[in-house]
Amino acid sequence: MSEGARTSARPKALTDGAARLLAATEMDPRLLAMIGALAVIWIVLNVLTGGIFLSPRNLFNLAVQSSVVGVMATGMVFVIVARNIDLSVGSVLGFVGMIIAFLQVDVFPIDAAWNWPLTIVLGIMVGALAGTWQGYWIAYRGVPAFVVTLGGLLIFRGGAFLITDGRTIAPLNQTYQLLGGGIDGSIGALWSWILGAVAVVTVVVMSTRARAKRRKFGFPTKPLWAAVGLIVVSAVLIITFVVIMNSYNKPRTEIPRGIPVPVLILIAVVVGMTLLARMTKFGRYVFAMGGSPEAANLSGINVRRITLWIFILMGMLCGVAAIITTARLNAGTNSMGTLAELSVIAAAVIGGTALAGGRGTIPGAILGAVIIQSLDNGMVLMSVSSPMRQIVIGVVLILAVWSDVSLNKVRQ
Amino acid sequence: MAEAPLVEMRHVYKRFGGVHAVEDVTIDLFAGEVVGLVGHNGAGKSTLMKGLSGALPIDGGEIFIRGERIDIRNPRDARHHGIETIYQNLALADNLDAPANLFLGREIVTAMGTLDDDAMEHEARKVLQRLNPSFTNIKQPTGNLSGGQRQAVAIARAIHFNARILVMDEPTAALGPQESEMVGELIKQLKSEGIGIFLVSHDLHDVFDLSDRISVMKNGGMVGTRATADLTQEQALGMIILGKLPEEQPAFQ
Ligand SMILES: Nc1ncnc2c1ncn2[C@@H]1O[C@H](COP(=O)(O)OP(=O)(O)O)[C@@H](O)[C@H]1O
Ligand SMILES: [Mg+2]
Repeated sequence: MSEGARTSARPKALTDGAARLLAATEMDPRLLAMIGALAVIWIVLNVLTGGIFLSPRNLFNLAVQSSVVGVMATGMVFVIVARNIDLSVGSVLGFVGMIIAFLQVDVFPIDAAWNWPLTIVLGIMVGALAGTWQGYWIAYRGVPAFVVTLGGLLIFRGGAFLITDGRTIAPLNQTYQLLGGGIDGSIGALWSWILGAVAVVTVVVMSTRARAKRRKFGFPTKPLWAAVGLIVVSAVLIITFVVIMNSYNKPRTEIPRGIPVPVLILIAVVVGMTLLARMTKFGRYVFAMGGSPEAANLSGINVRRITLWIFILMGMLCGVAAIITTARLNAGTNSMGTLAELSVIAAAVIGGTALAGGRGTIPGAILGAVIIQSLDNGMVLMSVSSPMRQIVIGVVLILAVWSDVSLNKVRQ
Repeated sequence: MAEAPLVEMRHVYKRFGGVHAVEDVTIDLFAGEVVGLVGHNGAGKSTLMKGLSGALPIDGGEIFIRGERIDIRNPRDARHHGIETIYQNLALADNLDAPANLFLGREIVTAMGTLDDDAMEHEARKVLQRLNPSFTNIKQPTGNLSGGQRQAVAIARAIHFNARILVMDEPTAALGPQESEMVGELIKQLKSEGIGIFLVSHDLHDVFDLSDRISVMKNGGMVGTRATADLTQEQALGMIILGKLPEEQPAFQ
């Protein structure tokens, strides 16, 4: 009965078996629905492209393409959950990217070993400063985030242009380029396997420990078959991912590429942001503020300071995205990141982040980013024109939010 | 009385634009005492109490705790001085579950500084069990809970952290008769532990039953305070409606 009570709010439309599976695994039905939607999209695109879409080469590219939007979408989840918005992320990406390129090529000796580490640290710091600037106006001066970041969209895009008067800076430092996931920007088969194995072991250890702890407190736990099932599914997904990344070879060789560096960066960001959201006071406060700013304030939470930090974090993630973008282009151009704010917000929203605040997940946002990128990538393979692709993605955004709204109605 | 009151609010003011929500109000509370605060809707009871809890810092006047003058500028200051509040609207984050709400702002953390959700759930089950034995689905977002369960979470949050001063703004408004009785028992128990309680209520029955003294507000001002034993319900009603002390009220009332 306690099992039933825990899940009473979940949709009744599901068939009994599926409902029992959901209840036993304690999976978020919203996330499952998204995984289902992604699977359908992939299969359809694969059929329409005659099998090209699901080839290792294309999946490798898809993973790299998703990483820039994915990195920023994790930050956007925090921003939107706390009832704010950030329209400036594309411009901040462009601004930071230009500063990195400028420092790397025009200021520092380009071949110095310390060049690229220093410029990425400086780049992330510049992103943090941009976030501090915007967060200050929002949190301490009471200007709505929509206005401040709309201003930021113009300010940082203008700033990106002014750094070199619009001139493109290229090429960048040789080692730095690896961060973009180009020909040598992957970690090879062996390291990919090692990382995959570490990930599987981590999943097993963490699930077992969490379960043991709930047992110790005498709390209800998932049935054993469900717990084991989840571990097996996670392990299979991790291994499949490694196999695919190892199936795409470097040009004219038999050498597997392995996991590309930008995807590793994305994975690190996702792990970090998920821990931040679920295991720290900061994350708890972000969600509390989204659920009820008044309750958060009355609980003694410093709502302003948390708001400021959310925007600092968002700025730093724009810095990370700028690193991946410039390294991939092997250049700094002042149009980098143009319109990225729209993809980032769309990824978060398609991924189940509620614009009213209080609800959203990091894995959801990543799925959202992959869904958008899959549609775009698949349509490019099918030679769909750029305006047509925009129309399709726009319609999908509306449909995603509509299905979410209807799902909520069914629950109530 | 030689001993300083637990709480004293002197000549307190609070304005909202042109509205004088609280005007020159003086009220006090002793340890182990329940002071009932009554008055019509809009009399300023909640605003006065929010001045004490830091939710709406006062514009003028002074607050003393055990004779020592203190500033309460925000809810953190109030909590720091052992003041806990059950707000009229409960002030819960509907998207978080009961343990998260109960410990909001005072989370239990592990040695590594991360949230210890299992420990918080364990503690929350213990307190909530005491208030409402049938309340077991505590991992639901509080937005999905019943009015009584939500009230239990708000009460649990106020009593779990060793409050010395408890402000209860309409704590039984959302409760059925049985749950209300349970809150009454709880108030008596907390009182016996030496906690001072401000009990805001529109239910004169409850207030007469539970409080040692009764303070009446009207239109932002303090009509007066009387020992419950010296007051009849008719006289209290007279204070609420007419804004006059019993001795000023016409005899036929
Ligand atoms: N946050 C606020 N902003 C503006 N006016 C308020 C606010 N809170 C209360 N008031 C006004 O202050 C007066 C007292 O309200 P309140 O303290 O809630 O009364 P009570 O709790 O006795 O019913 C009312 O006129 C109310 O409209
Ligand atoms: Mg009130």
